[in-house]
Amino acid sequence: MSKLNEHHPSRLHGIWALTKRELKKWLKEPIILLMAILQPVIWMGLFGKAMNLGNMFSSSNINISDIVLPGVALIPPQSGSITISGTALSQMFADFGPTLMKNIFGVTDYFSYMSVGMISFIVMFTTMFSGMSIVWDRRLGFLNKVLSTPVSRGAIIFSKVLNASLRSMFQATIILALAVIFGLQVSSTFSVVNILGIYAAIFLLCVGLSSVFLAVALRSTKWETQMAIVNLINLPLMFASNAFFPISQMPDWIQAIAHVNPISYLTDATRQLTVLSLDTSSLIIDFTFLGIFAAVFSFIGIALSWRYLTK
Amino acid sequence: MSEEVIRTEGLTKVFNKHLTAVDHVNFSVKQGEIFGFLGPNGAGKTTTINMLITILKPTEGRASVLGFDIAKQDNNVRNVIGVVPQEYTADEDLTGLENILLCADLYGIPRDVAKERAMDLLKLVELTDFKDKKVEIYSGGMRRRLELACGLINRPKVLFLDEPTLGLDVQTRTATWEYIRKLKKEFGMTLFMTTHYLEEADALCDRIAIIDHGKIVVVGMPEELKHSLGGDIITLSIKDDPDVSELIRGVEHVKEVKKEDGSYRIKAEYGEVTAPFIIEALRSKGYTVTKLMLTEPTLNEVYLEYTGKSMRDTEESREAFRTQRMTMRRARA
Repeated sequence: MSKLNEHHPSRLHGIWALTKRELKKWLKEPIILLMAILQPVIWMGLFGKAMNLGNMFSSSNINISDIVLPGVALIPPQSGSITISGTALSQMFADFGPTLMKNIFGVTDYFSYMSVGMISFIVMFTTMFSGMSIVWDRRLGFLNKVLSTPVSRGAIIFSKVLNASLRSMFQATIILALAVIFGLQVSSTFSVVNILGIYAAIFLLCVGLSSVFLAVALRSTKWETQMAIVNLINLPLMFASNAFFPISQMPDWIQAIAHVNPISYLTDATRQLTVLSLDTSSLIIDFTFLGIFAAVFSFIGIALSWRYLTK
Repeated sequence: MSEEVIRTEGLTKVFNKHLTAVDHVNFSVKQGEIFGFLGPNGAGKTTTINMLITILKPTEGRASVLGFDIAKQDNNVRNVIGVVPQEYTADEDLTGLENILLCADLYGIPRDVAKERAMDLLKLVELTDFKDKKVEIYSGGMRRRLELACGLINRPKVLFLDEPTLGLDVQTRTATWEYIRKLKKEFGMTLFMTTHYLEEADALCDRIAIIDHGKIVVVGMPEELKHSLGGDIITLSIKDDPDVSELIRGVEHVKEVKKEDGSYRIKAEYGEVTAPFIIEALRSKGYTVTKLMLTEPTLNEVYLEYTGKSMRDTEESREAFRTQRMTMRRARA
């Protein structure tokens, strides 16, 4: 034991060691994963299936009976009456539903629309809660122990971010697969390569969101405070986005929020890559926004955490 | 290799601009010794250790560990030290071995080397049989030993122990002392520890510094400190209880005599030699000694002398701390 520690951890080594710890802990608690999967599944089932918007306008619901017009109502008035065949009318409006859905939602069934939104939902939840684990690391002294080792401060922060991203990607994959089983209809432009695009979009959102939450979590010693913050902002962020409802139908003030809400951009990117026929220009806008969001917020988050960790 | 492993000069930490936790502390720790920081809770022990292990930046003053400045060369310091924190930091969901390997990863030790070292360390702390068990089933003593093993994975030259036996029962505490002594003996390691157990400081440390309100009040070897009080305490009672203080004071090596409720408390050098002389002196004047007790001064007396309060006053907060930690552990489970 006479020689000094001759090994120096590379940046990547430290990040991976800490990420591995989190992932190991996570995999050892399959119940947590199950719950995390079950929640969006319930949402998809109840929210996505119960309110079947697409079906509401389908031809089976457009059941118009024969319309009898009295001749006097016509211009010029005629004697007798005219009967318009209800069946013919129903057929005329049969395409009305799908067209309406397509114009507003971009897809013909609401389930396909919202189940992709669920991916954003799960990414947001996973990211916010995984940032909280640092509160525990702090309270239990683990953070201090790690700080006394040569691992770089950046690695400590980034391992948390990476952990949140990997978890989100994994859960998003399961949700997407389940959604397909439950009736999600992918568009003709969908290919397996698109999944990589989805991962990239998820990663960008995770980096931005989790860095900020980490910085907040690092400062609060109370787990409850963090819970309260997450619960407060989760719902508004979710509903002031295109995750459940199209932005175009929202009142102006919600539209204003939805247009800066990164959830909207992740959701749109995911939709472009799955259920919509791919529109490259809007995909580029989505990725640009997510990229800027990730860069700006991770810079703020990491700068704040850094200051805290080197107190 | 310099003789001085740790050296501080005016080391100070002020929290929130007005709370001085550590106040211009100067001391040095020599190669191969066990140096103890003794003081009650809130005295500044943990803050000092946290500055030395580079978790906290000093507000003022400087310190070096193995010649590396703790503020400017913090990464060099981190590489050569081992830390056994006050809390149980091992991950409960992972096994003992996984925990040690995680520590190894944090130091960038390659897997094959790490595995070999981990097995050796597990043997050293006698946890080999439990290496594949989750830490949540470990007892307090086992957790402490696991922390010790984690702190040694990078083969540190200096090991920092923050309250190594806090909250452990007497037997486990004694066993932990054995491991610490073994480390010193086998690896010639330098150990810096904090404690508020007087017995622990007395039994383990080569030198101790008593710290109170962020300031070091005295540094020295436990024996030296006890001796500095001016000798042993002889307590005696005599029949019929006349005042013989003056007579006792006349005996050689007696330094101080105090009469307390019918007995005399005598401070004397070389107590075991002086006591017979006192008995002889009293008998020659016709007094009969009915009871005599000789006590060597303990660190508690030393502590009392330098800080003006008894160590036992801090007992209550120790209990409070233990309760708090139990709650936290339960909260986590």
